[in-house]
Amino acid sequence: MSTIPINPVLPFLRTDRMPTIWCPGCGIGTTVNCFARALLDSGVDLKHLAIVSGIGCTGRVAGYVKLDSFHTTHGRAIPFATGLKLANPKLNVVVYSGDGDLSAIGGNHLIHAARRNIDIKVICVNNLIYAMTGGQTAPTTPGHVITSTHPYGTFDPNFNLPHLVEAAGAVYVARWTTFHVRQIARSMAEVFKKPGFCFIEILSPCPTLYQRRNKMGDGLDTMKFYKEHSKIKNGVSTSEVGLTRNGDIIVGKFVDRDRSDYLTMAHDQFVEALGDRYVDECAAECCEEGI
Amino acid sequence: MHADPAGVLTGTHFLDGDHACCEGCLAAGARFASGYPITPSTEVVERFASRIPTVGGTFIQMEDELAASICLQGAVWGGAKAFTVTSGPGFSLMMEHIGYAAMTETPCVFVNVQRGGPSTGLPTLPAQADMMQARWGSHGDYGIIAICPNSPQECFDLTIKAFNLSEQYRVPVMVMMDEVVGHMTEKVVIPSADQLDVTPRKHTHKSPADYLPYQCNGDGSLVPEMAHAGEGYKFHITGLTHDERGYPNMTVKVQDQLVRRLCAKIENAKDLVAYEAENLEGADVVVVSYGITSRVAQRAIDQARAQGLKVGKLRLIIAWPFPEKVIRELAPKVKAFVVPELNLGQMVREVERAARGAAKTIHVGHAGGGVHQPEAIVKAIVEANQ
Repeated sequence: MSTIPINPVLPFLRTDRMPTIWCPGCGIGTTVNCFARALLDSGVDLKHLAIVSGIGCTGRVAGYVKLDSFHTTHGRAIPFATGLKLANPKLNVVVYSGDGDLSAIGGNHLIHAARRNIDIKVICVNNLIYAMTGGQTAPTTPGHVITSTHPYGTFDPNFNLPHLVEAAGAVYVARWTTFHVRQIARSMAEVFKKPGFCFIEILSPCPTLYQRRNKMGDGLDTMKFYKEHSKIKNGVSTSEVGLTRNGDIIVGKFVDRDRSDYLTMAHDQFVEALGDRYVDECAAECCEEGI
Repeated sequence: MHADPAGVLTGTHFLDGDHACCEGCLAAGARFASGYPITPSTEVVERFASRIPTVGGTFIQMEDELAASICLQGAVWGGAKAFTVTSGPGFSLMMEHIGYAAMTETPCVFVNVQRGGPSTGLPTLPAQADMMQARWGSHGDYGIIAICPNSPQECFDLTIKAFNLSEQYRVPVMVMMDEVVGHMTEKVVIPSADQLDVTPRKHTHKSPADYLPYQCNGDGSLVPEMAHAGEGYKFHITGLTHDERGYPNMTVKVQDQLVRRLCAKIENAKDLVAYEAENLEGADVVVVSYGITSRVAQRAIDQARAQGLKVGKLRLIIAWPFPEKVIRELAPKVKAFVVPELNLGQMVREVERAARGAAKTIHVGHAGGGVHQPEAIVKAIVEANQ
């Protein structure tokens, strides 16, 4: 009798919470699959890996992965993750959230965490729209797109997120689409081992609210669009990777540089200023093992 | 358990309330603070920023109060005791995360050194006009605890109490100071660490396989046990309505169970009553006050008693939950309650409600920016006695 092999990513998922809330054709599940693959491939210590999400469709990711997981408030995943990491530096902290959550309501936290070079890994699933609330314009929505709050088409300029976070100080910046599953998993595995503020943007279809309203087809059509219009340009200047409605999508690893992260800078400064008086201990009492 | 000596500055000091509050945080075991500058509260975290690298821990100045008020909660789930400090406009921004702390049962302390409002109001001058906001400011139903120190010594003592209660009940606790208490300098005695009781985290003893983040133990306690990130529990926390597993469950039934428990664990608690009482026996008039106003009221009470009036004193130390039973039982025995406060009528509503018409309730309001003239309170006492 043959047995059906178990999907190797299943141990990383809260299967008791399946099915997910995501729509058919949505790309968020694809990114979670990549995330689980990256956990598997990188051999990262799962006990000390925590995931923090904000609010929105991607905000639900924290609830589906079998890790210490925090579903926080709208826009505030990054400051929550900052507290978690600084209090307990042994943790590897991943922020997994959407474009609206991270760059609109959470935009201030995004740039400041990048500036401080907080050692957290931000995965931003960008579906170019507010999906959970019904398809409103996001700061990432390109021009000339129909949304529920721009029924005659968008006209306010959109953020180029890689350019924004690079300017703010991120040490690692990459962009892929949900067509690029191997590259996504590779980038994720890379950032688990890269100290400092890392940012991966993943373009993802929202067939229900973005593609449908703009007569751009379904999830499969979007994957075909990604395949045909994505141009891999590793190391290209992030100033050249802005997104338009129908234009090419520049993907790749744009930034990979080194500078001291926040905790290292703090440590060095205290050693210099205080010498022997500096007590180099983390804030968490239970930093070691479970009680 | 006793306090960790590393954070206890044992000795007799001359400190203002803000600095004494910081020492209270350190003595209570707080090793993490996230803050954003705002007058008249900033001195608390300025002192913490100076002290913490020599004690062991972290201070981070965040980009705004939204960030500060959630950053500390990340630290708590990482295993630290943590707090933030603010004043009116910042307190307004923190409301979202007071709700998150209540919903996720994150033990933490919010210090509010109250100033005049609304809006930017009076940055450098006192008020007590955030008392209702402390109780009701975030959306939805939940319980919190609020403590009102009236001296630098109490800024130390009651800040420790605030941390202890936050750990015992897994709830955000507000230390409701005011600009005068924050900036007045007095003698503050800090005992040795072995004389300070500190409540440890209610950490689970269960194995990861048996642990459910929001399961009560069936021992009558309404407070579940906690785990921290990095200990192998792989738990889930959400601000959504959730079941015992911590999983979102947005049904009428689970909402009812969860929200009723969040309120009941505070409202039903027997030990959340703390007040100072004098001369209540045989009193015709009882002056109910808290914070800096209680010290002005003391002078008014002394003057009225010197005139032969039977005046009692009831000073609220824990303002929320409100000591409803104390007022209710006192009301039929007195003619009136006189309630001076630096606002145009907040805690007086609770006094009036609790008195249930059995005694008059007279408010002595002040819009803030200064403290009452004792004579205004004496006048109200005399009127109340008639």
